[in-house]
Amino acid sequence: MDGVQLLVSGLANGCVYGLIALGFVLIYKATEAVNFAQGDFMMLGAFVTLGLTNAEYLHLPFWLAAPLSIAIMAGLGYLLDLVILRHLFGQNQTAVVILTIALGFVIRFFAGAIWGHEPQTLESPLALGDVQLAGVVLGLADLAIIIVTVLLTWSLYQFFQRTKLGLAMQAASQNQMAAYFMGIPVKRVQGLIWGLSGATAAVAGILFASKGAIDPNAGLLGIKAFAAAVIGGFGSLPGALAGGLIVGVIEPFAARYLAAGYSQIAPYVLLLAVLVFRPHGLFSQVRTKKV
Amino acid sequence: MRIQFKTSYDHDIRLFPDRHSLIVYGALIALALVLPLLINEFYIGEVTNVLIWAIAGLGLMLLTGQTGQASLGHAAFLAIGCYANTILIEQGLPFVVAFPLAGVITGIVGGIIAIPALRLHGIYLAIATIALSILADDIIVLLEPWTGGVSGKFPDVIRLFGIEIERWTMPVRFYYLVLGVTVICTLFYRNLLRSPLGRAFAAVRDSEVSATAMGVHIARTKATAFGLSCMITGWAGALMGYYAGAFNNETFSLVISITLLMMIVIGGLGSIHGAFFGAVVVAFLPQGLSILKDSVLGSGVAIPGLETGVFGMILILFILFEPMGLYGRWLKIRIWFELFPFARKDMFRRQKSYLKTERLR
Repeated sequence: MDGVQLLVSGLANGCVYGLIALGFVLIYKATEAVNFAQGDFMMLGAFVTLGLTNAEYLHLPFWLAAPLSIAIMAGLGYLLDLVILRHLFGQNQTAVVILTIALGFVIRFFAGAIWGHEPQTLESPLALGDVQLAGVVLGLADLAIIIVTVLLTWSLYQFFQRTKLGLAMQAASQNQMAAYFMGIPVKRVQGLIWGLSGATAAVAGILFASKGAIDPNAGLLGIKAFAAAVIGGFGSLPGALAGGLIVGVIEPFAARYLAAGYSQIAPYVLLLAVLVFRPHGLFSQVRTKKV
Repeated sequence: MRIQFKTSYDHDIRLFPDRHSLIVYGALIALALVLPLLINEFYIGEVTNVLIWAIAGLGLMLLTGQTGQASLGHAAFLAIGCYANTILIEQGLPFVVAFPLAGVITGIVGGIIAIPALRLHGIYLAIATIALSILADDIIVLLEPWTGGVSGKFPDVIRLFGIEIERWTMPVRFYYLVLGVTVICTLFYRNLLRSPLGRAFAAVRDSEVSATAMGVHIARTKATAFGLSCMITGWAGALMGYYAGAFNNETFSLVISITLLMMIVIGGLGSIHGAFFGAVVVAFLPQGLSILKDSVLGSGVAIPGLETGVFGMILILFILFEPMGLYGRWLKIRIWFELFPFARKDMFRRQKSYLKTERLR
């Protein structure tokens, strides 16, 4: 029963990593860039919700504040692309890497300036109860995280596979010029994908903040989400979720069964191992081109 | 406007392009040598800091600027150099042997680490090296018998040919030591660029496919670049250990890695000048910001995270408007003066390029 409990709480944690990783993958899928600030986006989304909901700020009802903050973050993502990232169009990946790292610094600074550096908790209805399922105690927030993550991954997967816009996004990422010639407004499509990943980050932030306290440095969680995204294979949405779950499950088990000091390096050792043996991840999208 | 007439291929790879630049760099060295007579010991310490950052910058520049591999894990190699140097000296080796050896050890470790990393490119390499940087922190704690773990280590006084050098009590001597290492590293870098290997680096950076076609062994070149880059970084790390006076597992954190990468971007990727410009910015930005903050808000007002926030904003502006960094701006200003009435803004306009996926190759 002990193992099951560890597994379940690991899965809930893993879903948060998976949600952040989903944001990486969305952007990587559509623009071939990696947003190193995704973790900070998540933190910002959590703080926006907190600012709308908590009693000492705006004190809106949670079910109004949550969609509102998702919308705000989506708008912010779109705006960011419009103002900054569009100028990097066609430049190499290193430029985008450094730019988004810098963006993370700036977001962390503003969040700290507005909401302070103390850890705060979101007054969310999810934070209230526990659910008992066959002897395993599960927080309501954990349950919500698992359900929302699976739903979100599934619907995004469907979105990329089925809808016109999703296909346009994939086309734009594979060959920008060809996509232009086919009449796809590549720049607007890229803006939309940044908005979408902003919204995903807000969802991750809301769920993360209703599980525990949040402070401006929570964005550093993004590094673990990287491990998740790489293990799953950048560019694959179910892969991101799977990678997140793997990292999430490994953590509590390593903490339980390995010596102190070895446990926190477990996810990164796994990351390096995956990079060495399957550089493009377990659910890789890279296929060898036949000539 | 100076015009260089190149009448032989050798002229393309001269150490100094013409006599003018020889004079300029000679004057710069002379100024660096007499600097301790001109400014007081506090500022000598600051200049030493700039030089150490510049060496570390040269190390990363060799990898990122010259070979085109972005590494976010160079703090790990700084740490390896620092610990290797201290441990070797504790084993009784003299500084003259231990210090170069520390760099070589770091280089060998870097080269070995590079072998699996060679299969990675772009983003994947950056993420693998981030993992390296995080692992370094924990591994230092795990190797406590050698590294001192959380309580850290204190480097001994340097004894070089019977002369004692210590950073706090005799900053001028330490300055000359660092200056010497800087000059050696810079010459090494410059000469490397003139060698076939250096041009192979540039070829790999610009296009792996065409480099292969020219007979460059991609994997070997990349591993060599990684090793040499780590060697210089290791020396910088050893000097950083002496400069800090004490270090532990948290001294060489991921933040240092990120700062290092940002430093060479602000300075200007792929140029020796860039490493130095970037080092000046990184070393003096905190002081400059605190002076500015005190004059605007009054002293005593603390804004946590202001430094990194402003640093980030400066960086964003650089990448948007001056991807070549400070060195690029300097070149543009010089060219504007040299061409005076004929300089046009569009001369530096970047070509449009379109992305083609790397996932499906």
